[in-house]
Amino acid sequence: MWKYILKKLLLAIPVLLGITVIDYAIMSLAGSPLDMLVGPRITEGAIAARAAKWGLNQPIWVQYWNWLVEVLHGNLGYSYKSYQPVAELIGSHVGPTLLLMGVSMALGLLIAVPAGIYSAVHRYQKRDYAVVSASFLFSSIPGFFLALLMIYLFTVVLGWLPSSGMITPGVGGGALDVARHLVMPALVLALGVAGGNIRYIRSSVLEILEMDYLRTATAKGLGRGLVIRRHAFRNALLPIVTVIGMQIPTLFGGAVIVEQLFSWPGLGLITMTAVTGRDYPVIMGVCLLSAVVVLASNLLTDILYALVDPTIKY
Amino acid sequence: MKNTKARAVWQRFRRHRMAVVCLVILAALIALALLAPLIAPYSPTKPAGKFSQPPSAEHILGTDKIGRDMFSRILYAMRVSLLVGFLATVVSTAIGVVLGLVSGYFGGVADRLLMSFTDMVMSFPYILLVLVAAAIFQPGMWSIILILGFVDWPGVARLVRGNVLSLRETNFIKSDITAGMLRRYILFSEILPNTVAPVLVYATSVFALSILDEAALSFLGMGVQAPTPSLGNILNGAESLSVLTGKPWLWVPAGAVIILLVVCINFVGDALRDAFDPRNT
Repeated sequence: MWKYILKKLLLAIPVLLGITVIDYAIMSLAGSPLDMLVGPRITEGAIAARAAKWGLNQPIWVQYWNWLVEVLHGNLGYSYKSYQPVAELIGSHVGPTLLLMGVSMALGLLIAVPAGIYSAVHRYQKRDYAVVSASFLFSSIPGFFLALLMIYLFTVVLGWLPSSGMITPGVGGGALDVARHLVMPALVLALGVAGGNIRYIRSSVLEILEMDYLRTATAKGLGRGLVIRRHAFRNALLPIVTVIGMQIPTLFGGAVIVEQLFSWPGLGLITMTAVTGRDYPVIMGVCLLSAVVVLASNLLTDILYALVDPTIKY
Repeated sequence: MKNTKARAVWQRFRRHRMAVVCLVILAALIALALLAPLIAPYSPTKPAGKFSQPPSAEHILGTDKIGRDMFSRILYAMRVSLLVGFLATVVSTAIGVVLGLVSGYFGGVADRLLMSFTDMVMSFPYILLVLVAAAIFQPGMWSIILILGFVDWPGVARLVRGNVLSLRETNFIKSDITAGMLRRYILFSEILPNTVAPVLVYATSVFALSILDEAALSFLGMGVQAPTPSLGNILNGAESLSVLTGKPWLWVPAGAVIILLVVCINFVGDALRDAFDPRNT
């Protein structure tokens, strides 16, 4: 087992390096941050000095190498805009994003797992079609449109929920206040998660329901509920574990847009600002973080899979 | 032979009544989009009446803040969104099929390199890649097509690779190899036709996703640029509170069209999956 984990870890390192290389290349192609400085108020000498200070006068591969060496020394660099250390910037924004993603994932699975199982158990009945249609609908609504509809309904018409930020300024604080701000963005993301996964869980439960051991369980006279709860559900857990792993990059992507719409003070918000402002160190920091998270969740999925399913060889 | 197979697929497809309805709606929407220049009563980019008018007999979906007819704008926007979705799907499917074929058939070092590259692209937060890429090119319709096309291929590549791997073990491919057939012939005339069905099904979901992504990007202002209307950039106006609260005709129809398009494409794709896969009958 340990050998397996070690092997997977070692395999992840070149992938991670590859991702950062692609990141750096794409980012540099996108345009130099120096272009943003050009204007009537700045001299060429000042720009050249800035270029030298940021190391942008060197070839791209040298820049990348310098960045990599710094990262290996634990230094993610400083933001070009706010001059804050990138690690500090990310650290202060990672909490809200984790909260948003965690709540959305939990909520999404809480909808998707029972709905998927229900749908599979009542296969080809009206109820099954209703659930599957609903899941298609959930995954077909653009998140931002759902967000607009919700803001319209809950903020404008009903006035129940605040539409932006994480705490009410002035009054702010308290878990209840944060929860009220969290409802809409989390619901938008959760419905997206549920939409895609209901059908996935349905089909994996269906596959299991056709297994011989379930026929045996039914044949020996166990009640339907017991068969599903004790025999089918346990085996259906396996594909559900995979779903969670697959969901993380998608969820992060969704969070970028949702955070933008609801002014949720998370990583998505600083990412958007960094991308439009060509703030290289911040972009690279966020990319590195997200790549690590994604690879780590892939690894965790593999390990969980190997633990849960004894037939997997490693 | 081919005809009877197609008929069998159609017969299985027809059993999904919902999908047939969706197919009809989709055909109608595509026809509306294609015939936009004939149907649209006004120009989509030039003012045609008073500004910010609610729906009336003259302008059935009202007019926007500079007096453009919303119905005409939505027709043209559908055209743009469908075109972006379709071409992005073609680009990504083509890339995915070629890489998947090469990777699955040749195996070895090529396979390992291609698959780890695929993993890298896949483990990227998708929207981050799209956003950074959108910042490179001048935002616009063609760059959106290319960006979505170059980002969406890993799924197709993996699917095709998996199919090729299992096809390679079948007797008819083995006998081709034994008979000394050209690799090119085996790949494109024997293996490729047998992967068309799953690729087509997968492509429908990429099509739906591309339409959603175009809308999201244009909504954020990094996609199709005004004055060219797209379903996403029409919705962009709803970020202003007065439009959101007071002028629902400016944003609700565009959103409804996106949902209708994507739901229909998904239903059709799902029924196709069933129809192509005889195990499910």
